[in-house]
Amino acid sequence: MNKYWWKFLASGLLLYTVWFGFSGEVPRQPILNETIRNVYFHVPMWFGMMALMISSLVYSIKYLQKGKIEDDIYAVEFANVAIVFGLLGFLTGSLWGNFTWGSPLPKDPKIIAVEVGLLIYAAYFVLRGSFEDEQKKARLSAVYNIFAFASFMPLVWILPRLTDSLHPGNGGNPAFGKYDMDNSMRMVFYPAVMAWILIGVWISTLKIRIRLMRNKVNEV
Amino acid sequence: MFREIKNLIIKDLILEWRQKYAFNGMILYVVSTVFMAYMSFKLKTNSIEPITWNTLFWIILLFSAVNSITKSFIQEKAGRQLYYYQIARPSAIIMAKIAYNFILMAFLGVVGFIIYLAFMGNQVQDMPMYMLALALGALGFSSSLTLISGIASKTDNTAGLMAVLSFPIILPMLTMLIKLSKNAMDGLNAANSRDEIMVIAGIDLIVIALSYMLFPYLWKS
Repeated sequence: MNKYWWKFLASGLLLYTVWFGFSGEVPRQPILNETIRNVYFHVPMWFGMMALMISSLVYSIKYLQKGKIEDDIYAVEFANVAIVFGLLGFLTGSLWGNFTWGSPLPKDPKIIAVEVGLLIYAAYFVLRGSFEDEQKKARLSAVYNIFAFASFMPLVWILPRLTDSLHPGNGGNPAFGKYDMDNSMRMVFYPAVMAWILIGVWISTLKIRIRLMRNKVNEV
Repeated sequence: MFREIKNLIIKDLILEWRQKYAFNGMILYVVSTVFMAYMSFKLKTNSIEPITWNTLFWIILLFSAVNSITKSFIQEKAGRQLYYYQIARPSAIIMAKIAYNFILMAFLGVVGFIIYLAFMGNQVQDMPMYMLALALGALGFSSSLTLISGIASKTDNTAGLMAVLSFPIILPMLTMLIKLSKNAMDGLNAANSRDEIMVIAGIDLIVIALSYMLFPYLWKS
């Protein structure tokens, strides 16, 4: 019980998010109207992706230090789920943008950032696909993962200087927390972020366990 | 350490001087792409907008950089690499490669720019600032592409992977370089560009430091 209590927490929080996300009270904002509910589903995707990317990075560094193949499997699966979260964030965002900004793909630094992030991780998987030897694959892709992450980070703080952002909290727009969200929304938003991050970690651990078991079967 | 780096750079330069194949190929590459741009823009309509002028130059430079730096680790045979592994530290090897590629890129950038000016006409008002952008670009390209070429050289499909791996990584730097050189084209006051220069120099530093730390792991395999 004490090992998987957080899975109950995650599913509980997610149920809470979905229930109150769709039925809870939200402030009436011009243009946004009811679409503001998307904040419970779109914004946490970005948080979740970042959390998973950082976990992937940590395990890549660990692999280079110790050389254990398990760490490499952790890094890959975290990156895998990070891609899924990135895609979902992208889709929910373009759905939302379609109704509020009038275009599913407006010119916006955050969209460019997530596109580049997806490109980097796609390249990471292409790189992995081109090796046969497991240790070599793990070492080279860990090097690329660290290098790519470190050059991805500047992008996140460079891009807002290039074009104005439509996103709240950038380019002089007020952040969500300041004006748009009232206390009842915050009661849902913070649990939603927690829930999505935990769900991401849960999915990753499931995939990791499958991979580890398959490795063991192959050995036997 | 510094002597090792110096000797390795000299070795690379001598090798290049004897074969000249990479260098001549690069110059030809730049000339033919510039000529293609000239044919499609200048010859037909005789007009090109400043933004297009600038971006086109950087894209040509990026492609020739990727093409030439790809060769940094596959030029020499595996046996020779093993020999270097015995006599030199990996950190010295990567630093020497970055420095050598920087010299190559700076030269290529200047030659390419002269050819570009000759064909496409001059639209730059603040020449020294544009030269600074070229130098920073050469440093940025060489530092971030050298490690990637080390990774790509271990695979079977080196050239294809090189492009896939390097473009997303070089993108932040390229956008800043294009912005800085556009400022130089418009002849803006140098104080306006300080922000961009700092950011590009910062990225260069991060990338060089990371190459220094990560290359030993790459070199082992």
